[in-house]
Amino acid sequence: MYSNPLEEAARQAQICNACRYCEGYCAVFPAMHAERAFAEADLVQLANLCHNCQNCYSACQYTAPHEFDLNLPGVLAELRQESWEEAAFPAALGRAFHRSGTMLALALIAGFAVLFLAARNLPGDGEGFYAVLSHNAMVAIFVPAFVLPLMALGVSLRRYWKRIGGGRIRLAHLQNAFGSAATMRNLAGGHGDGCNFQDEDRFSHARRAMHQAVMYGFLLCFAATSVATVMHYAFDMPAPYGLFSLPKLLGVTGGILLCLGTLGLLRLKTMGRPELQAPDVRGGEFGFILLLFTVSASGLLLYMLGSTPALEPLLALHLGAVLTFFVLTPYSKMAHGFFRLAALVRDAQRKLG
Amino acid sequence: MGQPDTRHDIAIIGGGNAALCAAITAAEAGAKVIILEAAPKEYRGGNSRHTRNFRCKHEAPLSVLVDSYGEEEYFDDLLQVTGGRTDEALARMVIRQSEECLPWMEAHGVHFQPSLSGTLSLARTNAFFMGGGKSLVNAYYRTAAALGVEVHYNAPVSHVALDGNRVTRVDYDLDGERRSIAPRAVIVASGGFQADIDWLADAWGPPARNFLIRGTPYNRGTVLRDLLDQGVSSVGDPTQCHAVAIDGRAPKYDGGIVTRLDCVPFSIVVNKDGQRFYDEGEDVWPKRYAIWGRLVAAQPDQVGYAIIDAKSANLFMPTVFPPIKADSLPELAEKMGLPVGAFMATVEEFNAACGDASGFKPMEKDGVATSGIEPAKTNWARPITEAPFYGYSLRTGVTFTYLGLKVDEKAQCRTESGPIENLWAAGETMAGSILGKGYLAGFGMSIGTVFGRIAGAEAAQHVQ
Ligand SMILES: Cc1cc2nc3c(=O)[nH]c(=O)nc-3n(C[C@H](O)[C@H](O)[C@H](O)COP(=O)(O)OP(=O)(O)OC[C@H]3O[C@@H](n4cnc5c(N)ncnc54)[C@H](O)[C@@H]3O)c2cc1C
Ligand code: SF4
Ligand code: SF4
Repeated sequence: MYSNPLEEAARQAQICNACRYCEGYCAVFPAMHAERAFAEADLVQLANLCHNCQNCYSACQYTAPHEFDLNLPGVLAELRQESWEEAAFPAALGRAFHRSGTMLALALIAGFAVLFLAARNLPGDGEGFYAVLSHNAMVAIFVPAFVLPLMALGVSLRRYWKRIGGGRIRLAHLQNAFGSAATMRNLAGGHGDGCNFQDEDRFSHARRAMHQAVMYGFLLCFAATSVATVMHYAFDMPAPYGLFSLPKLLGVTGGILLCLGTLGLLRLKTMGRPELQAPDVRGGEFGFILLLFTVSASGLLLYMLGSTPALEPLLALHLGAVLTFFVLTPYSKMAHGFFRLAALVRDAQRKLG
Repeated sequence: MGQPDTRHDIAIIGGGNAALCAAITAAEAGAKVIILEAAPKEYRGGNSRHTRNFRCKHEAPLSVLVDSYGEEEYFDDLLQVTGGRTDEALARMVIRQSEECLPWMEAHGVHFQPSLSGTLSLARTNAFFMGGGKSLVNAYYRTAAALGVEVHYNAPVSHVALDGNRVTRVDYDLDGERRSIAPRAVIVASGGFQADIDWLADAWGPPARNFLIRGTPYNRGTVLRDLLDQGVSSVGDPTQCHAVAIDGRAPKYDGGIVTRLDCVPFSIVVNKDGQRFYDEGEDVWPKRYAIWGRLVAAQPDQVGYAIIDAKSANLFMPTVFPPIKADSLPELAEKMGLPVGAFMATVEEFNAACGDASGFKPMEKDGVATSGIEPAKTNWARPITEAPFYGYSLRTGVTFTYLGLKVDEKAQCRTESGPIENLWAAGETMAGSILGKGYLAGFGMSIGTVFGRIAGAEAAQHVQ
């Protein structure tokens, strides 16, 4: 949309800084108003503080057709996207998967194929899933698929931190940042009535609610896997687990939340105004939400149909989707959570010193 | 043209704050209301879309407002800026009712926020709209729609037909097609006439053609003139407008708040001949903001140039356009199109007249003055010596005009022979009934909200 998002963001920020009407909506404005001129580091940080609620766009007296042509959510979305892609390690993967839903779908198919072939060719060694694929085989596939992307993400975050000129992190910064993230305080829209995301200037909590469902759904699923790992190794209690076991309770609740949340976000995204987002990556964003949906829906199906002949293909689909999801974490929308946290930590540094 | 449409109880002319407050109040009282807004939807809301706060009396902390701000203090503040040209009864009524407006506004979708950074001095007196006036306007349009108010955009009214003491018909265009309606009551809330440059030039003289209009291009005074032509009583001096000095690079219309320049007290201001013409340091900027519009208007080509040096570059609110910057004063003069010789002589004379500046205090009158030059600079007088140097051009920016419809405490309009049975007015278009000159920040929205609600209630009662 903008040939030079950095320059354009600087132009718009200068107008906002002379106006300040939107100061109460979110963390972007107080951070912006602390500056007089905008260096690259400031703008990239502002971009990652913005969560695209679009409240400032609806409120702005200078949006097109006005010659000032303000579109802060739009330009910050592009800059934010650029900052993720530039920080990604390796950067080429960042560009490929952020932008393209097709690439994500191909990756998913590849993940499915890997797991399907593994299931077909490697022996099982237990009950339930393990009858299809042994525990050791799963570990051999998933540990590197989990650890390597996290390392890549670590590199990205370091690059990012350098670019925004971040300082030494203290405990107080983390507390402040995690406090904001846990409640998604900023998604309340400043006044508690929510965002203007789906229907012009109408405020709604839908996006915050759906996003919370996804985030907590994901964390519950993650907790389920962690608990199961501990049960497996520390207490010698391998899967399958009964309905009222901790892993199942966490996993099923999380899976349902994830399913509902991703469907909700998909719906909201189709209602949102593309020109206020980063249009080039819409495909990648839709693809990513669908991937998350596939992860959660196949997990739930697996739980319901685990004792039928569908087990093998479902397991391959589910584990394939999880594999793809893990591997692409540094190169997909999933990374935004980490960058956003980094931005909140940086903002806490600004506020707390 | 056919028969006028008679389906509506009340037609409201205009789509800004006053119009919307009237529409919501009338619709809540059960009336069938139509809003005729000249602007397209993207530009709806007139000057109201550019506002940031309203001034509100309160006896104790109220919403975002701290401490208290009583009727007497509010009224005194008003008297000071109007030099006594105030209708005391109407002014006091607005002040008293402003307090109940705030919760009413919140109940109808307006969000407030603490006073903006850089405006701390208003934290006690003015309640700021979160997101500014456009978000207020958006909230009111949503509320009005939920109440069944019909809105026509792109619908400028050209004529309000007066028959004796009754309005019988309203003519307007919609998408280029002439339409007529015959509502049972009409509320005029279509602002002043400042966007009609010809009218402004008639009233003020040819220099007005160089003025910039800070707000909407749609307030052209069409309905005001139409009603005055039919003998509706007016109030306010037609030659008066509220004008401030703004960034000379601002657009002709709709530049809004961001074009303001707060650097004058720390600068020297010269005209296009390179001559100073007024004491830049007379008082703190909020108190002198308004006179500079006139001062610049009196200069050749209606333009001024404020010059500061590196010492002062960060002492005022950031500006929408970056300043013109140069490493030497002659270079700056050249870049700004000023005669270098005359400009340099002015700066040198000024610098030589500056004395001990060690008592310089940017936020208050510090008495750091020049001696022996005319005009003197009586505060913040520091020599312009430190590179880089910065310059801004200044032009006159018109906020609103004072000529308006005369109304009583019920917002009802009149002719010489008495009240007009079914015509009310609210907002800028009748603000002259309350203040004849000067302006107090945030009072425009108070007038519009109070009188909008009164007009809506009165009109609704009339049609019941
Ligand atoms: C830049 C700027 C900042 C300001 N800031 C503040 C502030 O912070 N606080 C404050 O109290 N005041 C402020 N003011 C003053 C304030 O804007 C006005 O007092 C207030 O908005 C007047 O409201 P209104 O509804 O009467 O007029 P407006 O909001 O101007 O509405 C007039 C409406 O009438 C419509 N209209 C005009 N002619 C016709 C026609 N022929 N047919 C149909 N419709 C027509 C227009 O399109 C518009 O919608 C500011 C003004 C400006 C320019
Ligand atoms: S988005 Fe528009 S209204 Fe909000 S601060 Fe920026 S310029 Fe002002
Ligand atoms: S879109 Fe929302 S989060 Fe982003 S700058 Fe505007 S108000 Fe802030």
